[in-house]
Amino acid sequence: MRSKGIGLSLCLLVFLFCGTVACQRTTGDAEQKTLHYFTWSDYVGPELLAEFERRHGVRIVVDTFSSNEELLAKLQGGATGYDVAVPSDFMAAIMIQQGLVADLDPAMLPNAATLEDHLQRLPFDPTHRYAIPYLWGTVGIGYDSAVVSTPPDSWAVLWDPRYRGKISMLNDQREVFGAVLRLMGASMNTKDRVLIEEAKTRLLAQKPLVKAYASEHYDQLLASGDVVLAHGWGGPVARAMLDRPSIRYVVPKEGGTLWADCLVVLKSSPRKELATQFINYLLDPHVAARTSERLLFASANKAARPFVPARILDNPAIYPPIDLLPRLEWMTDVGDALRIYDRAWTELKMH
Amino acid sequence: MKIPSPAGWAESSGRTVSWWLLGPGLLWMGLLFFVPLCLVVVISFAGRGTYGGIVWSFSLTNYLDLLHPLYARILGQSILMAAGTTLLCLIMGFPLAYYIARAAPGRQRIWLLLVMIPFWTNFLVRTYAWMFILRTEGLLNTLLLKLGLIAAPIELLYSNTAVVIGLVYGYLPFMVLPLYVALERMDRTLVEAAWDLYATRWAVFWRIILPLTRPGVIAGCLLVFIPSLGAFLTPDLLGGARSMMIGNLIQHEFLVARDWPLGAAISCVLMLCVVGMMSWSLRTAKPLSQREHES
Repeated sequence: MRSKGIGLSLCLLVFLFCGTVACQRTTGDAEQKTLHYFTWSDYVGPELLAEFERRHGVRIVVDTFSSNEELLAKLQGGATGYDVAVPSDFMAAIMIQQGLVADLDPAMLPNAATLEDHLQRLPFDPTHRYAIPYLWGTVGIGYDSAVVSTPPDSWAVLWDPRYRGKISMLNDQREVFGAVLRLMGASMNTKDRVLIEEAKTRLLAQKPLVKAYASEHYDQLLASGDVVLAHGWGGPVARAMLDRPSIRYVVPKEGGTLWADCLVVLKSSPRKELATQFINYLLDPHVAARTSERLLFASANKAARPFVPARILDNPAIYPPIDLLPRLEWMTDVGDALRIYDRAWTELKMH
Repeated sequence: MKIPSPAGWAESSGRTVSWWLLGPGLLWMGLLFFVPLCLVVVISFAGRGTYGGIVWSFSLTNYLDLLHPLYARILGQSILMAAGTTLLCLIMGFPLAYYIARAAPGRQRIWLLLVMIPFWTNFLVRTYAWMFILRTEGLLNTLLLKLGLIAAPIELLYSNTAVVIGLVYGYLPFMVLPLYVALERMDRTLVEAAWDLYATRWAVFWRIILPLTRPGVIAGCLLVFIPSLGAFLTPDLLGGARSMMIGNLIQHEFLVARDWPLGAAISCVLMLCVVGMMSWSLRTAKPLSQREHES
């Protein structure tokens, strides 16, 4: 009996010891110069990070997530050690409300002074106390102009039986419902059960035409010709254009989502000063222009425009035309109404 | 006078040694499996916070929510898909395992290596490869068109057929390996005796080979059925997320719907189903001799 107890407590001791050593290492001086960047997969230019590492003598560790909800779930699950994260607008709002985000020092962010006009006052953070927009864009329809000969101007084209089996929708309940709600003339942030139910009915009618609900590889579907109409974010559609030049992008006349991924410093970050410097670096006009060129998303810094190549600047999938702005809507969190969307989405999938 | 033997050594210090042997595994499983499992069970009775947190109040709401026919349909469809996958794996795996078990020992090693080679590559990468094979202008359609077997490309990708193809491909090795072990250890003289007694091929298979390898069949079926029941990557990528399997629903509740308690409740129900099926099959898996004693 005695030896059993000793054996177990030895194991526990070893375990605890390892734990404390690991903790000390993360808080010790040796790790002071490491920055942990938590961002979307495929959302970094390695050479741009390397440049920051050289300039500041730090090491950047990149960790990635594939959805806003995953980011929130990880932070709520107690993940610490991240310094800078890149939530989208509505998720930044939730993170601010949940107290996960640190205050920013405007004096350390001179590059944030020249943001695009419409990104100057974010509805959820009007004074940029917590979040600085990084990249922005729209959700619309990518289509193959060689097949869809009349350029579509309405979400209704996604219900056109001529394109049965050649349509892909985002695998994202809020975006899919958002598109239908706009088509119905409603706000994509409605909490009205009746409207959501009607949207569901329309989506059920559309389902036989839909080849796949895909949020990740619809650029490949478009490029390979597997679909000719894809509901999606502009960036991936722009990537599909590189492979198949007949691909075009349109934001329907009923309007759609305006989104901006924001840079925030996490409250739990032990290196807030370095983190703020990093945010300022990412917004530097030259760095931002190179980011746009590489990732095919528009930079939030207006001062970057002169350095962005014309083919990027003139591509509506990447840089939305400014006259489009009045038709666009920020997606906001719907709180408990999310359950209604949720059930409707599950019903759509199981139909 | 005590005679030192391996058995005696184990007996003399039995308790201590067994704890040392168990310790690391127990500690690992206890901390990293049992504790999280308890958390899942506890959370399944809690309430949902508006922003995805957990409200600590005891209720059965989550389980009552699951009574909605929608969820029963998802579970039913998942069980159907997993059962289909298991059956196909068994039909294809058994002859393969039989062939390998009867090959010369050197050949056996090569065949087993070939069965296991897919594991050298990540499952996600292999699933993406299937997308390239199955899609409209993919390898399979191109090949069939060139051979003149079909007139127009068949739409395989983004269907339940594609999901089952992907699952069978992914889990076939889990069927073949336990079947191989069972067939390899099977007493061949019994089969020879059956031949000598003029048993038909069918009778040899049904009355000799199958009963003797039943534990292998059941182990293989469980190893295929359980992971296919919980699959979520394959339905998303090869099924085009057009329908949900139970794994997708759990992922959806945790990550998209921000409803951890409901997700936890679904996980608990799924675990209960699996445990129920396992205990049932373990009872049937007992060697014949033991079951006869019981009855």
